[in-house]
Amino acid sequence: MSQTDIRVGGAQAPPTAARPPRPWWTSRRRDQLAGYLFIAPQLIGSLLFVFLPLVLVVWYSLHEWNVLAGTFDFVGPDNYSALADDPNLGSMLRATGLFSVGLVVFNLALALLLAVLLNQRLRGTIVFRTIFFSPVVVSLVAWTIVWGFLLQDNGGVNGLLDTIGVDGPNWLRGEGTAMFSVIIVQVFKNVGLNMVLFLAALQGVPAELYEAAEVDGASRMRQFWRITVPLISPTILLTSIITVVGSLQVFAQIAVLTQGGPGTSTTVLVYYLYQQAFQFHHFGYGATLSILLFGIVLALTVLQWQMRKRWVFHES
Amino acid sequence: MVKRGKGLRIGAAALAGVLALSACGGGGDEGGDGPANLRMTVWSANEAHLKLLNDIADEYRQNHPDVSGITFDPLPFDTYTTTLTTQIAGGNAPDLAWIFENSAPDFVASGALLPLDDTLKKAEGYQYDDLSPATLKLWQDGGKLYAYPFSTSPFGVFVNTDMLKKAGQKTPAELIAAGQWTWDAALAAASATQKATGKAGLVIRDFDYKGWDNLSTFWTGWGAEAWSADGKSCGFAAPEMVDAMTTLHKAIFTDKALPGPGTTADFFAGDAAMTITQISRASLLKDNGFAWDLVPLPAGPKGNYAVVGQAGIGVLKKSKHADAAADFLAFLSNPTNSAKLAQFFPPPRQSQLTAETLAKTNPKLKPEQLQKVVIDGITSGVVKPNHAGQAELSQQVRAGLDPLWKPDADVKAVLDGVCAKIQPMLAK
Repeated sequence: MSQTDIRVGGAQAPPTAARPPRPWWTSRRRDQLAGYLFIAPQLIGSLLFVFLPLVLVVWYSLHEWNVLAGTFDFVGPDNYSALADDPNLGSMLRATGLFSVGLVVFNLALALLLAVLLNQRLRGTIVFRTIFFSPVVVSLVAWTIVWGFLLQDNGGVNGLLDTIGVDGPNWLRGEGTAMFSVIIVQVFKNVGLNMVLFLAALQGVPAELYEAAEVDGASRMRQFWRITVPLISPTILLTSIITVVGSLQVFAQIAVLTQGGPGTSTTVLVYYLYQQAFQFHHFGYGATLSILLFGIVLALTVLQWQMRKRWVFHES
Repeated sequence: MVKRGKGLRIGAAALAGVLALSACGGGGDEGGDGPANLRMTVWSANEAHLKLLNDIADEYRQNHPDVSGITFDPLPFDTYTTTLTTQIAGGNAPDLAWIFENSAPDFVASGALLPLDDTLKKAEGYQYDDLSPATLKLWQDGGKLYAYPFSTSPFGVFVNTDMLKKAGQKTPAELIAAGQWTWDAALAAASATQKATGKAGLVIRDFDYKGWDNLSTFWTGWGAEAWSADGKSCGFAAPEMVDAMTTLHKAIFTDKALPGPGTTADFFAGDAAMTITQISRASLLKDNGFAWDLVPLPAGPKGNYAVVGQAGIGVLKKSKHADAAADFLAFLSNPTNSAKLAQFFPPPRQSQLTAETLAKTNPKLKPEQLQKVVIDGITSGVVKPNHAGQAELSQQVRAGLDPLWKPDADVKAVLDGVCAKIQPMLAK
């Protein structure tokens, strides 16, 4: 009789009888290990290139790191005190906010407009969709360099304006026009991506809702605000989060077009971080700025996510 | 469920992945025991410059089997120092690096560079005492030399004489002969040429309303300076600077003698009548292009003057082959190779600073051009602005000067603003 049988038998089993050792290497463990191994490449990559740098950035922010001298001295919260006292902090956050607001407003408005226009069953819409999406796949730096030439004082944009008798400004040299130019360059670069997302959302809106609204006598505008916007609100939330987070990370456009100028009018947070770390060799302070950036991105994302209950009417 | 054999295969694959990732972290040239594979960062990607450097490196390698390779790694001019320091921060420091004068104080004082005196003095036939003490000054600290002053290159004015003649203007050579080569005359000729041809009059190369230190080639003629010799006091608000910048502002926005902000014009492509730059740029002149001349900077209100740009080559202490790199630098800068390099990079060797010597390797330049621009310039030239922490200072000055580049700018107020920004940094 096996021990298992005795245990099942109950009364005859001695109270101190040891259970048979269960094999450690069970099929359940094998399955678990296989699962972990499948996710291992992604997990190791994330640990090495995302989480480890995140921890290191916090560590660096507590140090003064002079790359040339090779010194790495612990300074505690000094870099955070310096950040609070930084006279450039206000102008840098203002420029960052201006860029983000400008980009989100122009990008989402234009993307939605294009998506609505290109959601019609007309000849040639596929061609236009391709044209508007194509900048998304173009190299960012190449795109920006070409726009840099177009926006010169004697560049293509002012040449076009000249043909209709308008004396265009020096786009990248004026404090007001430089930020506007950078925003527009970025809007044209990425509007196609949001347009495609909106198009997909628009095509998911049931046609019978519009038919019913028409029967009820609702105007096209009323249909848009009462049917389209509520039903695509999850996509509006998604695109706004993507655009806001992306706007806070803008760098190449600033580096190529304005280098933060004129003055400090386009010195956004990431460009300021780059200057401090890589141009002025204040790597510790640069790390502190990156933590500020991380905090802002996190706070805005959480805020938008929380606000979805208020303005996302339809969530599958 | 995963079968045992399959599980093992997955495990092996994962381990291989981890090992591959680990391998990615390794450098290309490990340890200091094997043959050295040296890398030197340079700012120039010019074919002629690189060919000459590679020829010298090949010659060195023939007699040095311990050096398996020497690579010259061109980095973009605009972001050269940033890229170099990023490489150092990332643990990918080159063995040798070209260093500009504006970052010399930071590199020299940092302790990042290997002292070179002993290696250079011991090198066979080196003639260390031939190096001009004036050219060494920027690269020394505590009596030690931390970089070899590879290029001491005065700024001159390259002139498209075809374009000036077409606009009915006297050439600078004619103005020099008449004793009239002044900034007033140069700006007047530039303005008239712009009006007559529609091309740019005069371009201060690499300024582009950002690289403000290149304006020292202009304001030094007024006796102005960015900061005092001891680096403690701002010079932008001084009357000499206000006069110089007022003249420059009028030349840009009223007389159109210089292209305005946001307008590009390349002299070497035939887009401008004159450009201020160094002789190393002579290699950009095309043989079948326009007729050209090279003349000294025009005289300012304070008379004749010269401005010198310097570049040094240092050996990074972090290099695994620092001694081999220093030895190669001694070869690269010995009298023979220094004479070869002189065609692009004026050497610090006093014996080679003669029009006759320089003419042998400068087929494009006439002896009188070399004498007046290069030799006289090195003798009397003021080095471009340089200061510890120059990158940060430079950014502040650039941002402070931006309001000046508008037609209605208040020059004095803008320059006062620059000093308000940088004086606290200078006084540290």
